[in-house]
Amino acid sequence: MKILISIILSALLAYAAGIYGNLPWWSFVITNLVVSIAIPQKAFFSFLSGFIAIGLLWCGLAILLDQGNDHILSMKVATILPLKGSYIALIALTTFIGALLGGLASLTGSFVRSTK
Amino acid sequence: MRLLPLIASAILTTGLVFTLDTQLKIGNTKAPRLGYFLSPQHGFWKNAEKINTNFDATIIANELKGNVDVYVDDRLVPHIYADHDDDAYFVQGYLHAKFRLWQMDFETRVASGRLSEIAGADKLPIDRLFRRLGMPYGAEQTEANINANNPTMKATVDAYTAGVNAYIKQLDPADLPFEFKLMNYAPEDWTPKKTYLFLMFMSYDLTGRSASVDLQLTNTRDYLGYDLFDKLYTNKQDSLDPIIPKGTVYAKPSIIPIKPANSDSAYLHTTNALAFNNVEMLEAPDKNNGSNNWAVSGTKTKSGRPILSSDPHLGLNLPSLWYEIQITTPTHSTYGASFPGSPAVIIGFNDSLAWGVTNAGRDVFDYYEIKFKDSTQNEYWYNGAWKSTTKRKEIIKVKDSADVIEDIAMTHWGPTMFDTHYQNTQSKGRSLGVHWTAHYSSTGVETFCLLNRAKNYEDYLHAISLWTCPGQNFVLATKTGDIAIKQQGSFVARWERQGDFIMPGEDSSYAWQGIIPNDENPMIKNPARGFVSSANQPATDPTYPYYLGAASAFPLYRGISVNKHLTSMNQITPQDMQALQTDNYNVFAATARPAMMRYLQLDQLSNDAKRMVNEMTNWDLNNSVHSKGITVFKIIWDSVEQAVWGDELAGSAIPLTKPEAFVLLDQMNKDSNWVIADNIRTKDKVENFKDQVTLGVERATKKLLELEKENKLEWSLFKATRILHLTKMPALSRLNLPIGGGVNIINATTENHGPSWRMIVHLTDEIEAYGLYPGGQSGNPGSPYYDSFVNTWAAGQYYRFLFLGKEKLKQNARTKWHLQFKAA
Repeated sequence: MKILISIILSALLAYAAGIYGNLPWWSFVITNLVVSIAIPQKAFFSFLSGFIAIGLLWCGLAILLDQGNDHILSMKVATILPLKGSYIALIALTTFIGALLGGLASLTGSFVRSTK
Repeated sequence: MRLLPLIASAILTTGLVFTLDTQLKIGNTKAPRLGYFLSPQHGFWKNAEKINTNFDATIIANELKGNVDVYVDDRLVPHIYADHDDDAYFVQGYLHAKFRLWQMDFETRVASGRLSEIAGADKLPIDRLFRRLGMPYGAEQTEANINANNPTMKATVDAYTAGVNAYIKQLDPADLPFEFKLMNYAPEDWTPKKTYLFLMFMSYDLTGRSASVDLQLTNTRDYLGYDLFDKLYTNKQDSLDPIIPKGTVYAKPSIIPIKPANSDSAYLHTTNALAFNNVEMLEAPDKNNGSNNWAVSGTKTKSGRPILSSDPHLGLNLPSLWYEIQITTPTHSTYGASFPGSPAVIIGFNDSLAWGVTNAGRDVFDYYEIKFKDSTQNEYWYNGAWKSTTKRKEIIKVKDSADVIEDIAMTHWGPTMFDTHYQNTQSKGRSLGVHWTAHYSSTGVETFCLLNRAKNYEDYLHAISLWTCPGQNFVLATKTGDIAIKQQGSFVARWERQGDFIMPGEDSSYAWQGIIPNDENPMIKNPARGFVSSANQPATDPTYPYYLGAASAFPLYRGISVNKHLTSMNQITPQDMQALQTDNYNVFAATARPAMMRYLQLDQLSNDAKRMVNEMTNWDLNNSVHSKGITVFKIIWDSVEQAVWGDELAGSAIPLTKPEAFVLLDQMNKDSNWVIADNIRTKDKVENFKDQVTLGVERATKKLLELEKENKLEWSLFKATRILHLTKMPALSRLNLPIGGGVNIINATTENHGPSWRMIVHLTDEIEAYGLYPGGQSGNPGSPYYDSFVNTWAAGQYYRFLFLGKEKLKQNARTKWHLQFKAA
């Protein structure tokens, strides 16, 4: 149950912070940290919550924007990056980058509580 | 006990944030900050524009005097309806920024020599070039002139600037244009100076070739000697069909340029021994920067009303140089192509008349060799005395590196382009000053603002009389039945060959002796033949009292083709004009093919060569998409040229410019034993055209067989026309377009160059106009409107423009969106 709440809360806060264009793109690192301090879990589960929260958020948003765009831009970017023009690979990369950083942020938070 | 993992995890997290927030270097270019770029709430995903985006909006702006309505049609063309002229320009600036902000920023950065600031030291050569050419200097002259003397133009540009900035100000960082995210920088405020810089760039693009050509011609003359040079680079054009018909009588000139007494020895027959091997460093504007325009009078049309056509040929890029727009205010209602970066419509029509432009190609840029007293460059020798320079400091900021400072000595000629600080190993510290009409102060786009409002021929004449640089052929057609064309600009009253080479800068006798008065510029109105036209050929025959510049600057054959067609056409409709603008007939090959066949010794050819010649002779002389004959013809002609004068030019260590095709063709048609045809490397034999044409065909066959193997003999596959994104990234470009045309063809589409805007205006009571450009209204690579016109353009098809009053447009089925601008 804890993990579910943690995931939802992390994703929501990350999304909210992302609305403000003037905040840095990595604001979710802070919000994930806060959530994982507020809802203490074992290190692995904390990592997993952050990983899934941001992964889902970034994946979902990317798919949503990409579908509405008929892959026009993603196929171009996937050629520049270079991912052989595959928008699926680009969405996967986006998801993985967000998820990894989100997981690490939450993992860090989990150690804050347990040091006390 | 968990302190260690905490620290480890914190370091890992911070490290990853840092890595993903840093621009990494991949190959030669910097990649975006990956984390930022991929973040769906900040990065490029935000630029993935919804296919069915609703562009309706309400914008409130303090700067407006009244409300402005903008209706946007299904091709994303805005139709601006404003009660005040300045409000219209404010909204034009806002819309340019909304759809083209990155391109505006980038192009003016290039023009001002500020690319290194965002892209790093790799871009220093181009930045230094533009600083030393005096691009910012020229823009400042015009800005100062307008601020001091021209309140109307100042208000126009200020309103436009405010519009651009109103858009930038409200822009959420997450919605920055895609390329800013990719290259990791942010837009800065627009300024009037940026508008003038943009116009400087157009002057460079259309008259700046001389910066390279004058050096190349000088080097070539030095290598060949003037007498041989004058044979290969002759100014005599047998087949010329000028803009102003042959036989026109010109009034006595008010300036008679006097050739300096020592010009034979100190200029023509001298050698500068400059050996600038860094001329290739100059990014010379495309030789084919040109255009077609023409107008036919009612006597030649089906409706009895004039039709005007204009298609400027420029480098093809995405986002396009052009942005389509309608501007309607109480003073005027105008439609056409505008420049993102500048107010007003540049090529278009209003409810009284239509106008178009082609490049005049006249030489308005010269180099003068400067003798400085010493390395301080504080004084230079002029008319027997030391004269003081002033210094212009150009500070180039470089990303991740120290500033680079160009300390440019300014003489009365202008900025010193080359000197001991900007040279190469062979230039031996010689100094060259630039004298260029683009450095003269101008009134910016006042000519176009006035053309937007012009009602008749007199208004047109007045509007274009203010135009200085780059010189253009302004064509006109009015609803009342007038047609006219005038070559207008600040043109130098030159003596023959003046400024073709580097000139001595120590002596006022080599200075320009005046600017030709406007009323002596070539022009023609309502001629008996029923049409006026231009296609970058020389404006006049040699009886015109002023020297136009080296003939190599003027293409000949498109003009011949246009005039031939227009002469024979009658009962013309706009559809006929569309067919003519996209015509692929090769008038050069029509003469050059039989000329070559006359000399070709068929019996000496290999079987493969015979097969290729057969392909060429069976060709229908059209540069069409699938034609193989044109590819074969082109390779053979190039090879024959090489066989004829390759030996004369070989052996030079420095770049020499190739003679023009017309020189060879004219000689083939009149002198079968032209001395140049001899191969100077065979001492025991004198070759003639027969030998060289046969050799050329045999050599060409080798290349053609390779092309055949690669399946690239078809013209469009060989030519591979592309429209490159301004960063040259293939992913953002359109490559391998199925389109015919080429050099010397009315459809002047080459590899990366061609008709950048096609327009046809039928001056009926309710104007009937067609056109398009190879791009799309949106500059966003993530928008369906980014390249939405490209396929239609390549296919040679046209859109009908919606040019209507507010109420009619509002109700038109093609009108999709409404942007309301409200005064605060």
